[in-house]
This record gives sequence, C-alpha cells and structure tokens, in this order.
Amino acid sequence: MDLKTLTFIVVGATFALYIGIAIWARAGTTKEFYVAGTGVHPVANGMATAADWMSAASFISMAGLIAFMGYDASVYLMGWTGGYVLLALLLAPYLRKYGKFTVSEFIGERYYSKTARMVAVLCLVVASVTYVIGQMKGVGVAFSRFLEVDFTTGVFVGMTIVFIYAVMGGMKGITYTQIAQYCVLIFAYTVPAIFISLNLTGNPIPQLGLGSTMADGSGIALLDKLDMIVNDLGFAAYTAQKKSTLDMFLLTMSLMIGTAGLPHVIMRFFTVPKVADARSSAGWALVFIAILYTTAPAVGAMARLNLMETIQTGEVGSTDGNLVYADRPEWFKNWETTGLLKFEDKNGDGRIQYYNDKDAEFAAKAASFGWTGNEMVKVDRDIMVLANPEIANLPNWVIALVAAGGLAAALSTAAGLLLAISTAISHDVIKGMISPDISEKKELLASRLAMAGAIIVAGYLGMNPPGFAAQVVALAFGLAASSIFPALMMGIFNKNMDDKGAIVGMLVGLLSTLIYIFWFKGWFFIPGTEMAVNTADNWFMGISPESFGAVGAMLNFAAAYVVSKITPPPPEHIQHLVEDIRVPMGAAKTARDH
Amino acid sequence: MSEQTQRQAYWIANLKLVALCLSIWFVVSYLFGIILVDQLNAIKLGGYGLGFWFAQQGSMYIFVVLIFFYANRMKKLDEKFNVHED
Repeated sequence: MDLKTLTFIVVGATFALYIGIAIWARAGTTKEFYVAGTGVHPVANGMATAADWMSAASFISMAGLIAFMGYDASVYLMGWTGGYVLLALLLAPYLRKYGKFTVSEFIGERYYSKTARMVAVLCLVVASVTYVIGQMKGVGVAFSRFLEVDFTTGVFVGMTIVFIYAVMGGMKGITYTQIAQYCVLIFAYTVPAIFISLNLTGNPIPQLGLGSTMADGSGIALLDKLDMIVNDLGFAAYTAQKKSTLDMFLLTMSLMIGTAGLPHVIMRFFTVPKVADARSSAGWALVFIAILYTTAPAVGAMARLNLMETIQTGEVGSTDGNLVYADRPEWFKNWETTGLLKFEDKNGDGRIQYYNDKDAEFAAKAASFGWTGNEMVKVDRDIMVLANPEIANLPNWVIALVAAGGLAAALSTAAGLLLAISTAISHDVIKGMISPDISEKKELLASRLAMAGAIIVAGYLGMNPPGFAAQVVALAFGLAASSIFPALMMGIFNKNMDDKGAIVGMLVGLLSTLIYIFWFKGWFFIPGTEMAVNTADNWFMGISPESFGAVGAMLNFAAAYVVSKITPPPPEHIQHLVEDIRVPMGAAKTARDH
Repeated sequence: MSEQTQRQAYWIANLKLVALCLSIWFVVSYLFGIILVDQLNAIKLGGYGLGFWFAQQGSMYIFVVLIFFYANRMKKLDEKFNVHED
C-alpha cells in the first residue's frame, strides 16, 4: 500500500475514534462542561494533562531544537517539566480545594476585586490565543505534508474535528479524547526513536542509547562521536554550553514559573475528585510528559548524527568525503519539494558541503579544500522529527503513525486552550460580570457559543498567522510567569496579601516584562520600533527577552510585599478563606455548594 | 490540641516539606544541570557527562519522584493532623 493511502487510513481511524468518544462523553451540565464533573481519576487526568500540555511544538519542534542547540536546549527540557513540581507543591491542591471553575475566579475572590479578576482574564486570553495560533498552524503543516491537501483545507478539517468534540463534550469530552490522543502521540513518538536507537547503538531504550557507545564497533560513545563530527566541521561541540550561565538559569526559571502559571494547565487540576488527587495527578501528568521529554534528547542527538553522516560520508577535506548531490536519498528530495530543505552548489563540484562558514578559522580551512561556503542553505529544524523515520528507512506505517501523532498533539492542545478561552468568556465575563443571574442552561449555551467563536477565530488566525506568532510564545510564558503565578502563590501562602498589593504586583510584573520584551522586539512586535538591537551586548546584564519573565516575577513579589505592608490587611472573611484552602478537609462540601 | 493550633501545626509541617522538596528541585536542575555542569561533566555516567545527564535526563526523573514523594508524605500528614477529606 502506498504511503498516502496508509496515512489516510491511520489518520482517518484516529479521527473516527475522537468523534466516537465525543458522542459517548457529552456534557449535560456546566460542571461537566467546565471541570468534567470533578470525577476524573487522577491517572486519567494526568494522561489528559500530558496531551493537553504537549503541543505540536513539543512533538515536532523540540527534538529539532535540541538537535541544533545541543546542551543549551536543556533549558526547555528542565523548564517545561520542572514547572509541574511547582504546580504540585504550590498551587494545584489549594486551587482544587477552593473548588471553583477558573483561575481568574480565584484571583477575583481572593483579592475581593473585579479589577484583579479582569487582569487575570486578560492575561489568560492573550496567553491562550497565542498558543492556539501555533497549534492550528501545526495542523495545517501536518496535513499538507502527509495528505497532500493544501494548508487551508488542513486547518479547516482540524477545526471541524475540534468543533465536534469540544463543543459537544466540553471538558468531559476533551478529557476523554485527550487520553486517546496521548496514546496515539506517545506511540508515534517512541516507536521511531526505539528503531533509531537500536540501529545506532544496539540499545532499544533511547534514554540509554544516548549514553551508550556506537554499535559500529568503534567503541566510541555516541555523544563523543557527535561532538567530534560537528567540531570537525567548525560547529560548536554538541555537549558544550554556548549561552551565558545567567541567561540559561533565568530562562529555565521563566519557563518553569510560566508553566505553573498557564491557566489551561492549572484548570486540569479542578477536574479530579479530591485534594490529594490533585497532588498525585500532577505527578502522573509529569510521568506521561517525561516519557516524551526524556526521549526527545535522544531523538535530537541521533537525528543530528544521522544528518551529518549522510552528508559528510568520508574524511573532512578529502575529495570524495562529501555526498554526491545526484545520489541523495529519497527523503532528501521529499523535503526539498516542501522548501524546508535547500541545497545550493556554491563551488560547482556536484557534492554537498555542510559546515559552519560563520566560524572564521574553519572557513579559511574550508577554503583550502575548495569549499566556498555552506551549501545546505536551509535546514528547517522542524523537519527532524517528521523526517526521522524516513532517514532511518523505517516502514511506511511508522511514517503514517508520526503524521497521526503530530495531529493528535496539535488537536489535544488546541482543544484545551479553546476550553480555557471559552470558560473565561462565559464564566468570568458573562456570568461573573455582565449577568450574574444567568441560568445554568443559558450559561452552558453561552460557553458552547464562546467555544464555537473561539474556534473560528483560531482557525482564521491559523490560516493567516501574524508574522510575530513565534515571538508571542515568549510573551505568553512571560505573562504567565510575571503576573499569574505570583498572584496565585501569594494568595495561598501569604494570608496578609491584600487587593492593592496583588494588583500593584501584577501590574509591575506584567509591565516590566512587556516593556523589556517590546524594547528589543518592537512595540507590539511592529518591526522597526525596537529601542535597541536584540543582541546579547545590549541586554540588561545579558538577560534575553525570553528569560525576563523570572525577573518580572521577582519584581511582582517585591512590589506586592511592600504595598501590602503599608496598606490595611485583607478583611477577616478573606483570611478565613485562605486558612480554609490550606487544609484538604471539606473539599467535597465546597464542591456541592457550588 | 485545639482545631486552630492543630491546623497551624499541619501548615508548618507542610511548609517544611515543601522547602525540602524545592531544595532538591533546585539542586538537581539549577545547580547540577546549569551552574556546576562543567565540573560534573568530568565524571562520566556511561557515555554521558554527569552534568549533561542531569540537564537532559536526570533532573526530569527526579522531578517525577519528588512529586510522588510529596503527595505521599502529605497524605500521611493529612491523616496525622486529621484534616483529610471524608
């Protein structure tokens, strides 16, 4: 069977499964729609959270980032997993005890302030919309590469599928669909990794393969070999540190705090039956996430090794050491047609030279070989995971599976984010502010309409992505880290934190982070409005704009603390509320009262 | 012990546990994975430098263990101070 038919069958089967689950898990009440009736088993919730969290970026882009950044990409691995420790220890159990539907609702009530609630809603919507654009784009790319339909059709099909199960099932439908999606995506990610690790090192477990010696009998460790190969071509060693230590430290911190502050992740912990379940459920979520995140470094390193060895077939500088362009493998041609891989025969020898021509010393050496510049003019990082099974000559069904896995990752994250947006609109804005007396039936209808609206906006933005989509992701983490996380944490751990302190803190964190990002990337990302060139020399103490969220959070904590000391303490009933959420006892009662 | 002081004691015990867990969280990621990475890389763990291993593998395994350790200890504290659900 040819690849296209096979892909249609595999992707079609997974879609039928998602819709089947949606029909089975329809939501009848707002509680089912928002928090799946708080009846989700912690392990099941952990799995759904993992699918929710791992987006098209985790599935497709992360291993590619690792492949080209090497050790420096550790910030993403640690940052996007370490946040779950903060969630489990500092936020999830207390917010579950509080027992409401949204993050902004907690902020609004804890700080007895509609302004605080509004600020939280705003941060939430900006962060979520940013993410959704990326997911919809991922859906379009996966469709257009593997099913050979055009990009817009791809986005449209994706929108329709999400529409069916998210609007019908709300959190309940989404949770059960995400469990299926997790199984699809983790299977699709690990199967090629196992084959490739087995090929290169003889060890079927990628996590161990990465630390093993090569299976070619040379007895040299895989990582040492990779360091040598890239060094020989003028690139920095794979395992060496290239970023400054301070910047790596702060970027990791920003990603961790940002993860713990992202509303669509926090919301998941409202769905479990008990406070104790919220703690263990975060652990299960991290188990399921870590399966992919510990495999990714192996995929990245091995893909880089395979790529370098495919092109540099012999000794560097020898006349027949480089791959003859006419003999390039099939996958090379496939990706050339997508434009994500580009070759230019600069010295006209019909062979491919792939080296670091930015390194002056090596460029001079290369010139003595008759090389006149790096000829791989474009190697898009995103193709590494998708091309991996082809590079390793795996059977067609594995390639079809990877397509289905990428789609599962994008759809599951999109659904979670859309739910966060529609909940904010129907519960925080409509019920919380505009018409508090709305009946449950009408609120349910409003949330379904908000969801439908959000899907249409997301689809439109996915088809016409703003040029700054990639940069806004840094903004989403910056916002969550500098505004939402500190407000939640102080709300639980500092009984004397009052409304004024929290609001000033949120604004200080939010504005300092926004201004720092805009300073180097242009006001509202409009090109040409940058106040300084975005290079390490201009950064304050060498802190990159992506890493500033952690600094913003510190400023938030400091400002809030000072203001709360000079303003009167919060009213007694708020202090009782804080004392109450600190103990698990009585959570079931709180939930019934709702 | 009155309910008030009992709850207070429970909260202090919780804070101590959180501080312990977060210290480990900090040491395995920031200290071993970033600040001391070069020094630790001198020690080999199979084909891995130890610092590199902590940054791309070890820290994540320890994060998982930490959360379950915390959840488990808290369950015992919930019972001990009689603040557990139902």
